[in-house]
Amino acid sequence: MAINISANSKLWSFPGGIHPPERKAPANLKNIQRFPLPPAVFIPLRQHVGEPGELCVAQGDYVQKGQPLTIPGVDNGLPIHASTSGTITGILEHPLNHPSGLTGPTICIQPDGKDAWYPRQPIADIDTISQREVLQHLQAMGIAGLGGAGFPTARKVAGARNIDMLIINGVECEPYIVSDDRLMREHADEILAGSLLLQKLTSAKQLVIAIEDNKPEAAAAFMQAISDLQTDTNSANPVVKVVPTRYPSGGEKQLIQVLTGKQVPVRGLPADIGILMQNVATAFAVSRAINHGEPLLERVVTITGEALQQPGTAWALLGTPIEYLLQQSGFKAEEIKAENKQRVIMGGPMMGFTVTNLQIPVIKTTNCILAPSQQELAPAQAEMACIRCGACEIACPASLLPQQLQWLAKAKDYDGLKQHHLGDCIECGICAYVCPSQIPLVQYYRQAKAEIREQAIEHQKSEIARQRFEARQARLEREKEERLAKHEKAAEARKAAQEARKNAAAAGDEQDPVKAALARVKAKKALQESEGGTAKTEQKDAVAAAVARAKAKKAEREASEAPANDKKDAVAAAVARAKAKKAEREASEAPANDKKDAVAAAVARAKAKKAEREQLAKLEAEHKNDIENTQDATNHKGDDNS
Amino acid sequence: MSFYIASSPHHHQRRTTAKLMQLVLFAMLPGFLAQLYFFGWGVVFQLSLAITVALAAESLCLIARDRAPSSGLQDNTAIVTAALLAVSIPPLAPWWVIVIGTLFSIVVVKHLFGGVGHNIFNPAMAGYVLLLISFPVQMTAWMPPTGFATNAPSFIDSLYLFLFQFTSEGFSLEQMRRIDTGSMLDAVVMATPLDHLKTQLGQGATLSEALQHPQFIGFAGAGWQWVNLGYLLGGLLLLQQRVIQWHIPVAMLGALSVCAILGSIFAPDYLPGLNIHLFSGATMFAAFFIATDPVSAATSSKGKLIYAALIGVLIYVIRSYGGYPDAVAFAVLLANLCVPVIDQYTRPVTYGHNKEAG
Repeated sequence: MAINISANSKLWSFPGGIHPPERKAPANLKNIQRFPLPPAVFIPLRQHVGEPGELCVAQGDYVQKGQPLTIPGVDNGLPIHASTSGTITGILEHPLNHPSGLTGPTICIQPDGKDAWYPRQPIADIDTISQREVLQHLQAMGIAGLGGAGFPTARKVAGARNIDMLIINGVECEPYIVSDDRLMREHADEILAGSLLLQKLTSAKQLVIAIEDNKPEAAAAFMQAISDLQTDTNSANPVVKVVPTRYPSGGEKQLIQVLTGKQVPVRGLPADIGILMQNVATAFAVSRAINHGEPLLERVVTITGEALQQPGTAWALLGTPIEYLLQQSGFKAEEIKAENKQRVIMGGPMMGFTVTNLQIPVIKTTNCILAPSQQELAPAQAEMACIRCGACEIACPASLLPQQLQWLAKAKDYDGLKQHHLGDCIECGICAYVCPSQIPLVQYYRQAKAEIREQAIEHQKSEIARQRFEARQARLEREKEERLAKHEKAAEARKAAQEARKNAAAAGDEQDPVKAALARVKAKKALQESEGGTAKTEQKDAVAAAVARAKAKKAEREASEAPANDKKDAVAAAVARAKAKKAEREASEAPANDKKDAVAAAVARAKAKKAEREQLAKLEAEHKNDIENTQDATNHKGDDNS
Repeated sequence: MSFYIASSPHHHQRRTTAKLMQLVLFAMLPGFLAQLYFFGWGVVFQLSLAITVALAAESLCLIARDRAPSSGLQDNTAIVTAALLAVSIPPLAPWWVIVIGTLFSIVVVKHLFGGVGHNIFNPAMAGYVLLLISFPVQMTAWMPPTGFATNAPSFIDSLYLFLFQFTSEGFSLEQMRRIDTGSMLDAVVMATPLDHLKTQLGQGATLSEALQHPQFIGFAGAGWQWVNLGYLLGGLLLLQQRVIQWHIPVAMLGALSVCAILGSIFAPDYLPGLNIHLFSGATMFAAFFIATDPVSAATSSKGKLIYAALIGVLIYVIRSYGGYPDAVAFAVLLANLCVPVIDQYTRPVTYGHNKEAG
């Protein structure tokens, strides 16, 4: 059934949800500010999901605003750009946007104050070039989803086919955060332009802009922008849908449910039901990238909370340390004492994380920095026993059973957790918000999720170790058998020779000389056989070749079994295969020379072994990456949940 | 400079278990006042002693279980259990009855099963059932409601009866319960409406004959109808304050009503009608205060509907065909037993797992 949404078509609902105090004012009352350039910007090589690219600048280089700093690697990630002009003073380990205070490689730029642009290349008319080229441009401009996990926009668009509806998400349901609100009020026309570009790129039949009803000014700005547009377009008009304020209606899954009544199937994507969602700030960035050739260098950040004297919103260059933004907003870091339990939260009060270090930079997904006083957001109280009241279940927007999940998580019953669909939890924080016993439910889920991941990795590792062990056992067994067989043959030959000699001695006395001669010949032949001749050499060659072949096959199998198998693995396997083949060929081509053959076989064996080892190391490295990725994804989960 | 580290969400609704329990206690007030008015001072003594014993038992249990007593006492759950039990038993039952009941509720039903949140059975109702089957005489000795009692005891006499089972002048509770019907020879002990109906119907009288008794003024029997209205009012307050959800009261009263209406259609002479079932005995108290105990009830919304409907049906069946006049405690305990099964089969469909909606 095709979905059709008009300005006054019906809205649906999602189960649960809450109405926490919104506290959007006073930050949403002022225009987006522009602070002076910060004294230094710190641009982490890795900003979001995916591998960091390869550095293409060095310490001491002068870079211009918008100049790419990395070249994306094989996984087609996004490049990062210098957010202002200046000198690279270092490439160093710097705290990252991570709840644990991790550090990572970061480019530090000292601005020269000129803000001098690197040459920009806007696209004059996207109709004249192919969709692929436009997406490549967006990729090169570093455009990522600004509402949630920072997924590369070009990849999201490229992966979506048969899209009925493009939803531009301006819901911004989390308390305090007003970045999208201000952006919509001040730049609705530009957002609309970006949205229409995205619509063209996805060939979506419909364009819907969703805004919560607590942002009437933003909705009005869009209405105005659309009516201004009407003069020069005759296609189906974009529709502004105002949805009731309820947390988490801005979550991708929930908003789709509110607008269409449909659910994104489990383990599926919105594209599976013909929907693509982008955040308003992403649409804005798309417009800037295509129409002005500007890479994604800055974003609107809400800086709010009662610990600040001038809460508001600001255009923050990517890489600006949050300390600078807080200082500009009147935050007195010197007055912070431990007993105040002062928190600085990156993100909103429901899903954000507390930071350990104010040097962490603004990245593409940073939408809010919240410095609350103790009165406005009191720290959590001590956890009490669950009274099974079910308030969490009533409020859960994913229709999970938070209470049961909590019991299961405490009991470390991972199978039970999977049965209760822990993986479908979007970590919106509602269950913990409503819990009268102050149980930090989300924390339990996060821990359990991490443990389940850990367990899966351990399991995979032990599986590899088991395979390796079994292969070794088999090889030792085979070698032992071969050795035994050789000894037996030699013993038999010796025995035959002895017999022959004895016979000959006996025959020399009394039997005819012909028989004795025959026996001698036989003995000689047996001896020859046992001591090795051409036949034996051939056999040995064949064994070496077979071993090499088996090793290569195993390496190949392991490569294909690896979960994150990509081209690299295939290449590695192919190389191992080729090497083994070469070894085999060499073995068979070599003259019947025992020593040389043995060496060749050993070399082949060693090579195969090395390939295997490399394979294993790579696999482990990938696991490590996986963990980091999933952790990152967890931090920003609940796509577009701003 | 050091920052405080916490896990999201950083915002919490400031409604703790302790506050919820305070609201429950507050909502009991209208029903409690009706009981005080119609059945005398006894309920005050019962309540005071029950709360004292409950708090003491709770503390000792927590100490024995190596927990800080303050942690358990702060949540007010023991007080609620004590209050629920105290208003359930006859106001002038001897003091040791409520002591035994409260101790059983707190020590055995609650703490031996793991403390707050872990008990399978509703502690107050389990305590009530223990008392009912152990001390049937004391547990059925309700005073006639105000207006019918010939010898309504004063405050002092009530205290005497509560403590020593005799008034200051030496009358026993049994003597005090007699009502004067004109001639001394005819002096009888008056039963509760449900008890009266059970006895009369059991002796072969028709419903209309049984309802001839003077206590059936109003719509469900003197005194009791007001007590029920009081708890209904308190229950509506709990709903309005969102301390409880509508599922359990609606399902329980709905199921009971359906049964009562069917009964009245098919056996109008032998089965009491809807008004009696809804407004006599402990119906409203059970619907809003007992069945809604979150710990021992089913958890999902669908599960709550099934659980409460089961209680409604069981109340009707036991009242109509069982050996006891009222049935709330038995019905609740039986339904408590079914909770794990109900929970197992009423899990909501997680987002994205519904094939049709996708």
